[in-house]
Amino acid sequence: MAAAARPAGRPRLELRIGQQRTLWAYLFLLVPLLFFALIRILPALSSLYISLHEWNVISPVRPFVGLDNFRTLAADPKFAKAALNTVRYVAVGIPAQIAIGLALALMLQRINRFRGLFRALYFMPFITPIVAASWVWQWMYSQHLGPLNHLLLSVGLPAQPFLRSPGQALYAVVAMIVWQYVGFQTVIFLAGLESIPRVYYEAAEVDGAKGWRLFRNITLPLLNPTMVFSVVYSTIVYLQLFTQVLNMTFQDQGGPLASTLTLVLYVYHLGFQRFRMGEAAAATAVLFAVILVITLLQMRVLSKPVDY
Amino acid sequence: MERRQRRDPSVWLTYLALGAGSVLVAFPFFWMLSSSLKPMAEIFDVRLLPAQPTLENFAEVLTRTRFPRWFANSLIVAVITTASVAFFDALVGYTLAKLRFPGRDAIFVVILATLMIPTEMLVIPWYIMSSANGWIDTYWGIMFPGLITAFGIFLIRQFMTGIPDELLDAGRIDGVSEFGLFWRIALPQVRPAMAALCIFTFLGNWNAFLWPMIVIQTPDMRTLPVGIALFSGEAGSAWNLIMASSSLAIAPVLLVFIVLQRQIIEGIVLTGLRS
Repeated sequence: MAAAARPAGRPRLELRIGQQRTLWAYLFLLVPLLFFALIRILPALSSLYISLHEWNVISPVRPFVGLDNFRTLAADPKFAKAALNTVRYVAVGIPAQIAIGLALALMLQRINRFRGLFRALYFMPFITPIVAASWVWQWMYSQHLGPLNHLLLSVGLPAQPFLRSPGQALYAVVAMIVWQYVGFQTVIFLAGLESIPRVYYEAAEVDGAKGWRLFRNITLPLLNPTMVFSVVYSTIVYLQLFTQVLNMTFQDQGGPLASTLTLVLYVYHLGFQRFRMGEAAAATAVLFAVILVITLLQMRVLSKPVDY
Repeated sequence: MERRQRRDPSVWLTYLALGAGSVLVAFPFFWMLSSSLKPMAEIFDVRLLPAQPTLENFAEVLTRTRFPRWFANSLIVAVITTASVAFFDALVGYTLAKLRFPGRDAIFVVILATLMIPTEMLVIPWYIMSSANGWIDTYWGIMFPGLITAFGIFLIRQFMTGIPDELLDAGRIDGVSEFGLFWRIALPQVRPAMAALCIFTFLGNWNAFLWPMIVIQTPDMRTLPVGIALFSGEAGSAWNLIMASSSLAIAPVLLVFIVLQRQIIEGIVLTGLRS
């Protein structure tokens, strides 16, 4: 009976509630959307714009120069060096980090006691302030009086220049970065291992599979999503290396003969020490493109579906 | 299982390997602390423990440098940024997960797409923007780029999606305001995710280096990482002082980690695998 009065009033009331909620939603999003527009999207576009101009902070004249900045980069041996070094960091650091992380995770999975303690110990470097840790490592690598060379000498090996050598510096930095990320990698692999259903192993054991074959045929394929995440995440981290490199080779930023120079350190020198913003912006555009391509590529190559 | 493990010699090898590995991982911390307790005369004796331990280095770092000021700066920046990220990321995450309105999916995709932009690409425009607006060398200048994060929005939205609509509708019937639905009903449901987001935002800002290094110009405005880097760069071979300042920077973070280690590591898994 009461319903007889509703049909006319109801749609209008609901519309009003719907509209009201929409208004609330936009109100909640107002500040964040402004933030993303002004602090993320607009600067990204403006960076591309700057990369096409000769942009010196001091000079008010900023002429359009097309792709000249990119040409200058392509001709700069330091840029090529930074790019090559970045490839080296990725090629050495990521396999090492993933292999050690996986080995640690498999070992931790086998033990019952002290698992939490070991996990926490290995994880510690990941939360340690990078700047402070970098200086500790620089001190450990110290050429004449550092503990590492002392150790080498005491077992009868010659002292090494480490960070002072163009041939060794990059690997010395990689060791520090692996130290820093290996616990994180271990924790991610532990979670991945735990998500593999035990029944797979039990079934395979009934079929007589053991040790390496279990690992090769069950653990590794089922860890694939974890692998994809790890490789993509660490590649992006390695492409953006800056803090460790700047601090470990502070007096000679980028290392002897630019042997530890990374893309971001190159951008920092160009943009904020020599104030050549146009070229620096062009270099970041290249970095952006590389990150984009590698992310998409890795996703495709590594996320092949697992068949059984 | 337990008994079988005990007899298996390979389990002992596993413990041995893990133990050796943790000595390697912990050595830099040990070396830092040991060096920070050595008097200047002893710093180049490669000895594991100081012969005459001293707290002089700490006293010198705390009085000769602006270390306490840098510590306070880092704390201010990290606390305010974390509060802002927690509030806005949660609000946006809630709105995108639980309210229905035109343009919602497009807005979500745009926010998510900004994750692809590397920070390095933005620092030049941020710097130009900060110079034009007088933000150089101010707290606002250090903080503004990180006040809202796409990652946090994505994370919280994932968790908010799991909240049943009935819960919110019940609140609406009880006359709870739209903001109250978010603040009093939805937010308490995603506490673990919020805790993880807060811990990582805090750590991220506490350790931030590239942007602070660019935007900070005077010693008084330095955050801890910038202060340590420039102080260490000037200290030459006074490694006892550099190690004392590093110890002072690392100690509070390690203390927090020791207390919260389970939540932090589980938070990593929670956030890491969601993305």
